[in-house]
Amino acid sequence: MNCPGLLKRAVMLYVDGFRQMTVGRTLWALIIIKLILLFGVFKLLFFPDVLSRDYDTDAERADAVRKALVGVPK
Amino acid sequence: MEDLMGVVDWSRAQFALTAMFHWLFVPLTLGLSVIVAVMESIYYRTRSRRWLGITKFWMLLFGVNFAIGVATGIILEFEFGANWSNYSWFVGDIFGAPLAIEGLLAFFMEATFVAVMFFGWKKVSPRFHLAATWLTAIGASISALWILVANAWMQYPVGMEFDPAQMRNVMDDFWAVALSPVAVHKFIHAVSSGWLLAGVFVSGISCWFIFKKRNRAMAVSSIKVASAVGLAGMVLTLWSGDSSAVDVARVQPMKLAAMEGLYNGRCGQELVGLGILNPDKTPQNDEDPYLFDISIPKGLSLLAKHDTEAFVPGINDLIDGIEITPAGDTIHTDSYAERIAIGRKAHDALRAYGAAKTAGDTAAMAAAVDDLRANYRYFGYGYLQSPYDAVPPVGLTFYAFRIMVIIGGYLLLFMLLMVWASYRRPKWLENKLLLWAGMLSIPLVWVCSQAGWVTAEVGRQPWIIQDLMPVQAAISDVSTPTVMISFWAFAVVFTAFLAAEVSIMLRQISKGSKTDFDNFNE
Repeated sequence: MNCPGLLKRAVMLYVDGFRQMTVGRTLWALIIIKLILLFGVFKLLFFPDVLSRDYDTDAERADAVRKALVGVPK
Repeated sequence: MEDLMGVVDWSRAQFALTAMFHWLFVPLTLGLSVIVAVMESIYYRTRSRRWLGITKFWMLLFGVNFAIGVATGIILEFEFGANWSNYSWFVGDIFGAPLAIEGLLAFFMEATFVAVMFFGWKKVSPRFHLAATWLTAIGASISALWILVANAWMQYPVGMEFDPAQMRNVMDDFWAVALSPVAVHKFIHAVSSGWLLAGVFVSGISCWFIFKKRNRAMAVSSIKVASAVGLAGMVLTLWSGDSSAVDVARVQPMKLAAMEGLYNGRCGQELVGLGILNPDKTPQNDEDPYLFDISIPKGLSLLAKHDTEAFVPGINDLIDGIEITPAGDTIHTDSYAERIAIGRKAHDALRAYGAAKTAGDTAAMAAAVDDLRANYRYFGYGYLQSPYDAVPPVGLTFYAFRIMVIIGGYLLLFMLLMVWASYRRPKWLENKLLLWAGMLSIPLVWVCSQAGWVTAEVGRQPWIIQDLMPVQAAISDVSTPTVMISFWAFAVVFTAFLAAEVSIMLRQISKGSKTDFDNFNE
């Protein structure tokens, strides 16, 4: 099997495909806008991973969740 | 507490909004990929230019739907980490493993073969192209499988043990999680309902073509494939729905009671076919549950237990812990007051474990773990103030279930009619009433599909994980305004994306109606 030839054909499949797109251009524009909004705006502004942000280790995270779920020992 | 419920309700609303938006695209992807694969198989066998054109037309609509739907599910994962961090941590690898498999296997499989589907017509052999189309359809279903396995685990948590040191449920039996009856039936139900949805979608658009007197032959051919796939989907949906009802009766009996508005059950329980609930009815009063109802005698016993004389417990029976055996003996099960007491013991044990760990007292830690394990099965009940807190919203569950069943019944008839008309009586497809029914069925099938999820998810409230964690314990320490703002931002952005999809779809459908499929030229 000629691997470089196969790889080149696979790459050209995508390159030619993207070049010849019609409706696909609009769809890709929408996908890119959506990804920018999701990861660049929503994720950064509204959706931090709370436990990763607030604690450094898994042990600290486990303790935090235990306190949140059942409180501290009375 | 008021502020906590504000955050919980807004977070739930946000999750519902994003999940329902995501589910607009997923079932169409699942079903349309199969319909397109069948159409391409016909083209592969016949090498007919018309079938090539038909395949490409529906494949394009599949592509539009796929592109707009891409990454809409990612938002749900954002919400798990931000709004539901206690839950995310608590479920541990049980959620992580299926989602990782989905990401690595199914997503890449889909992404690779979707590219071949769209870019590969003149680059790969027809056989390879056909294989890519089928693999896209299979990849989409595998992708759905892992999400549905994770959802099923929340409804019926099995195959794990809680580790208080990690504060996580640790999976100890992957196959028990992946092959639990709830997961298997949920997967078949969701995927086959996607076939039905796509069958109705393709049939409805084809009806519009015939109505407009454009491309009649192409439309009839499309209906033949779509209605056959849709009907197969309907049959599987019915079978898996029946199995799911048995699962619900066994593992979530309170959900079943809410679906029926049933407060006091009995042997040979009737099934309410149509009904209006009495808004004044509560578990604590003696009001009649219905203002109006048409019931099928013994129907619920048959549906839920496959036995016309079986006892089906109502909301009050479950709260009081009353069950009647097939022999007719009344037995005592764990009442909800007892479950709350057991749940609180589990909380005490977990607190004691934390204290022992801080003190470095390993003997006390071991004793606390034993205590916790003995009482863990009702851990979530420890958060409830009253047994009535475990009753889901009866009205929404009851009506959503009926919307699903009534529309589903109509769609069964519609698919049967489409199969019969397209294969045996093509003249019937001239009938304006039938064509209008086809077009109007498109929004109805989405309402039906969404109503099914509303039944499943609202009916299991207050649990995010059945019996183990209610929604109020799962929530992160976030503020209500933050969740409210992101809720409305999502609502605006999603509405815009939906409008874009519908607009692109309509443009392509209109273009398709002007294409000469009988002399299709690429």
